[in-house]
Amino acid sequence: MISRNSTFATAIALNLQPLHGIVRRPLPVYGNQVRQGRKGQAVISFENVAYNYGGGELLSEISLRLAPGSFHFLTGPSGAGKSTFLKLCYAELLPTAGHVTIFDREVRSLSRDEVAHTRRRVGVVHQNCQFLDHLPLASNVTLPLTVSNREVSGQDLGDLLSWVGLRHLADALPPSLSGGERQRAALARAVIVDPEVILADEPTGNLDWEMSLRLLTLLVELNRMGKTIVIATHDMNLIRQAKAQVAARVLRIRNRRVQLAGADL
Amino acid sequence: MVKALISRFLRADRQADRVVPPSGHTAWLTSFTAGAMTFLTVFALALSLAAGRMADRWSDALARTATVRISAPPEQLDLQTRVVLDVLTTTPGVESARALTDEEQRKLLEPWFGPDLPVEALPIPRLIELTEASEPYDAEGLRQRLSAEAPGAVLDDHTRWRRPLASAAGRLRLLGLVSIALIGGAMAAMITLAANAALAANAQVIEVLRLVGARDSYIARAFVRRFTLRAFGGAQVGALAGMIGIALLPSADAAGGFLTGLGFTGFGWLLPLCLPPLAATVAFLATRRAALAKLRELT
Repeated sequence: MISRNSTFATAIALNLQPLHGIVRRPLPVYGNQVRQGRKGQAVISFENVAYNYGGGELLSEISLRLAPGSFHFLTGPSGAGKSTFLKLCYAELLPTAGHVTIFDREVRSLSRDEVAHTRRRVGVVHQNCQFLDHLPLASNVTLPLTVSNREVSGQDLGDLLSWVGLRHLADALPPSLSGGERQRAALARAVIVDPEVILADEPTGNLDWEMSLRLLTLLVELNRMGKTIVIATHDMNLIRQAKAQVAARVLRIRNRRVQLAGADL
Repeated sequence: MVKALISRFLRADRQADRVVPPSGHTAWLTSFTAGAMTFLTVFALALSLAAGRMADRWSDALARTATVRISAPPEQLDLQTRVVLDVLTTTPGVESARALTDEEQRKLLEPWFGPDLPVEALPIPRLIELTEASEPYDAEGLRQRLSAEAPGAVLDDHTRWRRPLASAAGRLRLLGLVSIALIGGAMAAMITLAANAALAANAQVIEVLRLVGARDSYIARAFVRRFTLRAFGGAQVGALAGMIGIALLPSADAAGGFLTGLGFTGFGWLLPLCLPPLAATVAFLATRRAALAKLRELT
C-alpha cells in the first residue's frame, strides 16, 4: 500500500537519490517549487510548432513553455493530437514546422546519440506501455540504467519497486502483469534514471478508479520532488482529483491548437 | 590492442546481448550458413593452394629442361647428333645432355601410335634432352651455335609449353581465390538477411530500447555480438569438417594426379584455422552495417 503523507514522500526522495548514483544536481526543493538553477528556464518549449501526418495538419501554431517542476494536464478528444504532442516532447517525432526545444537544444540539431541522451532525461509512460517480455520485471525497470552502462543496488531497486507496490513481482515476466501493474512498472522504469520530465500518455486509460488514483498519487509525489509532469488524458475526474492536490495547469487541444483550459474543469 | 577489443566484445556486451530475446530460426540459420560457407571455403582454399603448387611444379620442371630436335636426312642424323652433344657439353649453363633412346621415343609416341611403332623405320626427328645448370644458359647464343654447326637442330626451351601451363594454373589459383571471395560475399549477404529478419522480428524490443535512451550503437551491439558468435561457432564446425574431408582425400603421392593432390601441406593446414575468425569478422561487419542502417530508418 502506498502512503501519501509527506514523510513518506521525503523518504522516497532520499531513497531515490542513491538509486542511480548519478545525481547531478542538488536535491529537489519540495512544495511544488522549481529547482534552483533552472528557475525561469523552460525544460521544453514549442515555438509556432505544427505537425502534419501527411493527410493534413494535426497540430498547428503551438507555442508554449513547460517550466521546470510544473504539472500539466493535456486534454482533448481522441485523435486531437495528444500523443503526437507528447512524442514531439521527447523527439520521437520532429515538427513539420516551427521549433521544439528540449533542455535548451532544438530537436532538429540533435544527433541520434543526443536524442538517446535526451530521452534519459525524459521519462515516458504510455497507456499501452511495452516491455521486454523475456526479461523479469526488475530487469525491465532497470533497463534505462542498463542501456547507459550503469548499475543499481538490489536495495535501491527494492525500494523503488516498493514505492510502486511491485516489490513482490520483481521476478515476474511482463506478460503476467495486470494493466495497473504494468502502468506502475512503466512509471518505475521512467523514474529510475532521475528524469527531469515525466510524460504520461493516458496512463490511467486501462485502470479502474482506485488504481488511477494510486498512479496519480505517485505522479504528484514525483512533482513534489521537482519533476516536470505532463499527463495526456481525457479523464476529467482525474484532473479534478489532481487539482485538489497540486497546482496543475490544464492544456486543451482544440482545432489543432493548444489552449489553456479555463474554470470549466 | 586487438586482444583487448575482442575481450571487451566478449565480456562487456553480454549485458547488451540479454536485452534481445533468444531468436529461433535466425540462430541456426546463421550458424548453418557460416558452417556451410566455411566448409566450401576450405575446399576452395585447397584448390587454390593445389593450383599454385601445380603451377610452380610444372613451371620448375619445364624451366630446368629443354629439348634439341634434330631433323636431318638419315645418313646425317648420327653425325649431327654427335655435333649437337659436343656443342651442348661445351655450353656454359648446360649441366647435362643426352640423346633419347629409340625406346624412350617410342614411349613418347605410344599414346598416339600405339605400342608397336617401328621408330627406327620412320623419319622422326632425334631428340636430345638437356638439363640446365644452376646458372642459366644463353638460349639465343646456343641457337646460333647450333644453326651454324648442325643446321637440322632446333632448340626448344619449352617456353611455348610453359607459358600456357603456368597461365592455366595461375588462373585456376585465381579462380580459387575468387571463389573464396564469392563465398565470403554470399555469407555476408545471408547473414545480413538473417540480421534484418531478426531486427524486424524485434521491432518492439528496439522501440522500448530507444524509448529508454539506448544509443544505436548499444542496440546494434546486442545483435552484432550474437550474430558474430553464431557465425564463429558455425565456421569452426565448417572448418573442422572441411579439414577432415581434405584429410580423407587420397594421397597425392600415391596417385600423383592433380585431383589427388588437392590438399594442404605443412603450414598450409593452419590456413583453414584462420577461416572462423574471418567468418566472424564478415558476420560482425555485415550485421553491424545492417543493424545501423535499420536503426537509422527509425526516428
